[in-house]
Amino acid sequence: MTDTTITETAVTITIDGQPVEVAEGSTIHAACVEAGIDTPTLCWAENLTPVNVCRVCVVELEGSRALVPSCSRPAEEGMVVQTDTPRVRHSRRMVLEFLGSGVDLSQADDLHHWIKAYGADPDRYGTDGHPVERVEEPVKVQDELYIRDYSKCVLCYKCVEACGDDAQHTFAIAVAGRGFDARISTEFDVTLPDSACVYCGNCVGVCPTGALQFKTEYDLREVGEWRPDDQTVTRTVCSYCGVGCNLDLHVQDERIVKVTSPADHSVTSGHLCIKGRFGWQYVHGE
Amino acid sequence: MAAEGAENGADGCQSGCVSFVLRGLAAEDAESGVDGCQFDDMTDIYLGADRATEPEVAAVDAALGARGVDPVVRPETERLYTSGRSRRRERRHFLLPALHALQNAAGWISPGGINYVAEVLDVPPAEAFGVATFYDLFRTEPPDHEGDTFHVCVDAACQIAGYDDLAASVRASGGHVHLGPCLGQCERAPALFVQGSGGRRDYVPADDEPFELPQAGEESLRLLRRIGVADPSSLESYLAHGGYQALRRAGEMGAEAVLEAVAASGLSGRGGAAFPTGIKWRAVAAETGRPKHVVANCDESEPGTFKDRIVMEQDPFAVIETMAIAGLATGAANGWIYIRGEYPLATARLQDAIDAARAAGLLGPDAAGTGHDFDIAIWRGAGAYICGEETALFNSLEGFRGEPRNKPPFPTTHGLFGEPTAINNPETLLNVGDIILEGPDAYRSRGTERSPGTKLLCLSGKVGRPGLYEVPFGTSLGDLLDLAGGVAGNGELQAVLMGGAAGSFVGPDSLSLPLTLEDTRAAGTTLGSGVVMAFDTSDDMTAVVVRIAEFFRNESCGQCVPCRVGAVRQHETLVQMQRRGSLSPARRTLIDEMAEVMVDASICGLGHTAASAVRSALDLGLIASAPSR
Repeated sequence: MTDTTITETAVTITIDGQPVEVAEGSTIHAACVEAGIDTPTLCWAENLTPVNVCRVCVVELEGSRALVPSCSRPAEEGMVVQTDTPRVRHSRRMVLEFLGSGVDLSQADDLHHWIKAYGADPDRYGTDGHPVERVEEPVKVQDELYIRDYSKCVLCYKCVEACGDDAQHTFAIAVAGRGFDARISTEFDVTLPDSACVYCGNCVGVCPTGALQFKTEYDLREVGEWRPDDQTVTRTVCSYCGVGCNLDLHVQDERIVKVTSPADHSVTSGHLCIKGRFGWQYVHGE
Repeated sequence: MAAEGAENGADGCQSGCVSFVLRGLAAEDAESGVDGCQFDDMTDIYLGADRATEPEVAAVDAALGARGVDPVVRPETERLYTSGRSRRRERRHFLLPALHALQNAAGWISPGGINYVAEVLDVPPAEAFGVATFYDLFRTEPPDHEGDTFHVCVDAACQIAGYDDLAASVRASGGHVHLGPCLGQCERAPALFVQGSGGRRDYVPADDEPFELPQAGEESLRLLRRIGVADPSSLESYLAHGGYQALRRAGEMGAEAVLEAVAASGLSGRGGAAFPTGIKWRAVAAETGRPKHVVANCDESEPGTFKDRIVMEQDPFAVIETMAIAGLATGAANGWIYIRGEYPLATARLQDAIDAARAAGLLGPDAAGTGHDFDIAIWRGAGAYICGEETALFNSLEGFRGEPRNKPPFPTTHGLFGEPTAINNPETLLNVGDIILEGPDAYRSRGTERSPGTKLLCLSGKVGRPGLYEVPFGTSLGDLLDLAGGVAGNGELQAVLMGGAAGSFVGPDSLSLPLTLEDTRAAGTTLGSGVVMAFDTSDDMTAVVVRIAEFFRNESCGQCVPCRVGAVRQHETLVQMQRRGSLSPARRTLIDEMAEVMVDASICGLGHTAASAVRSALDLGLIASAPSR
């Protein structure tokens, strides 16, 4: 066989006045990362197809009337992008405010820094005894593996993607309803045990707000005993089969409290099966 | 009236399936190289225990059978090699017709019904449920009433015409009323649409009244010249009034000359965005190597808009003839009509026209002797304003939730099924017929330099003779209102809503405004889809504007945050204003701040325009400045 080398074409775009070179096909967001510009994201993840629905990563693109989502817009030669203009800051602030005004972001740890940075004030919508519609639903506790709390759901579509085409191909959940009433749901909202769910937990793995949560974590939070600062993370290889999935065991008080897999791991891309994700009880002799 | 027992009245497409709707192996083969891993192609469809009833199965089988789909459920073993993503791609777009069939058969979409459709079409039930719950015309809970559903419109024209009286009278006669958004009958407000159940047809009672076009037979008419003159249900009558001359002429000219003529005419899209048609068609024509499509966007749902409905009902052959011209010019063989579900008469007339044209060789292989193959299939929407957005329409037709796609890529390269697509409004298409017949120069003799031709305008609200009008671009707003019989009601004009809920209000000082794209834009308003809705000084504009805000709240698809939450917060702020009778400076600032993020960061035009009418009403002092009456 002849040795063929695929040469990657590079494109150069200007971000905040700096030229940045990235491989053709890269997104503006990737170019921002390359340039060391921190960009808020919510619905974007490195192991999922961009759906660009949250709009918190928007940037100003010269020649474009509206702002563009940096997470999905491919960088094209000569683009001129601004990431910190008043328009960009305004949109990012408003998106964060809107989210905070409608759902419980208390466990959306990645967003707290951005809410502060952009001065978002989600509480200003409900002032003057003026009630605002919020997503308020009872927590769905339907089994011993994970819970669903849709009053924390920001509809980032990540769980749907992980359950579907991007990882598991199970399609147990989808977005149902429309507008503010849209929810992640099984068909006719049947319980997970009655649905196609195979309990891989990949939806839990990608949820950015705590709407999907290990039952272990949920139970500890309920009694005020969830202490991330006291936890250790130990990387190991799953002991069930020969695939070789990396596991990160999150341990608190010498007990495993949840299991994740690194998103950049070549075998898993962050996704696991029911055994690796939830099958650790034997470690504790249970 | 409600014809009973007709085969699945919910669906217009009972006869003559079109082969291209069966997306076959060619597309699959082309994709398989990309998909690679065959395991990626496998899907296990997990179904719950619920089973469909016999009428549900029969309705789905009939609806799919009419489209040439074999409703046989394949055994699991066979699925292992024909299933998964490729089979889903072949069949997914039949989901909407199948859901229509279920809704019509049982009055709701039941778990058993979903399971049957999921099995036949290889669609995961959770996704089918997600699609079903997207649309207003589909219910996913058992109906709490017997019989049909009477949809009464509550949007602006019907609001000031007193929809509550209509709703009360329907209720008094035992009908189940559903209050909902614009039904596209604003000229005969308040509007009613009856959604059939138990196999009964959908119908619009007002369709039984004789149709009258205010300008019928006038010499000046171009696009409307056949309406009220030719018989819309007769191909012979259409031919006798110049029908199919344009397609034959286009066939003689060839695609390139047609593209040149359309570009030279300066024609721009009449759906609201006013994109140059010539540029759009040229871009599609330049694409090679993949199937291409022409889509007529007949999902007219902008409150105040009814022009396409009248054109489709009264001149259906013109729509399908000009679609064929678009196919010839762009090299597309597949024509799709996506029509809103609340238009049963237009759907039936278009289907009849397609059948008659096909029988006469004017559709199909070598359509009308042009040497170009072109055929048309009709897909019905199910009650979702957002599906008029072109990429949401593609998703809806393909059997997905009607959520708009991010652009770029644009439909000219990645449209329906990801393939090159020319998507046009019916009024835009009708213009092409004239451009072909009389040439671009004669076409440009009407209208203005930058807005050539004529425009269809939907006059409603407080005007003497509401209805559909055609005037050359450049006619002043005041002259148009005079043409429509002047201001009715108490005779004192308070405001005019231009372009619909996504447009903006103008005051009585705008009567000299020339109705062109450039002049309306310069004046900070829009022609949009041709809505001109008049309000007199007795109309409660606060109530009208609050309803417009509610409309966007209800119609937002929910995909992107600025629109999903912004439309709700905007409505809440206005409701609060309505209660207090005033709007504090801080709340006014908040409305502007919310508008800014919706304009800047929403995915599609719905979010971009959701604050437009609201802000114009505030700027004009129509609301919140003082007690209006």
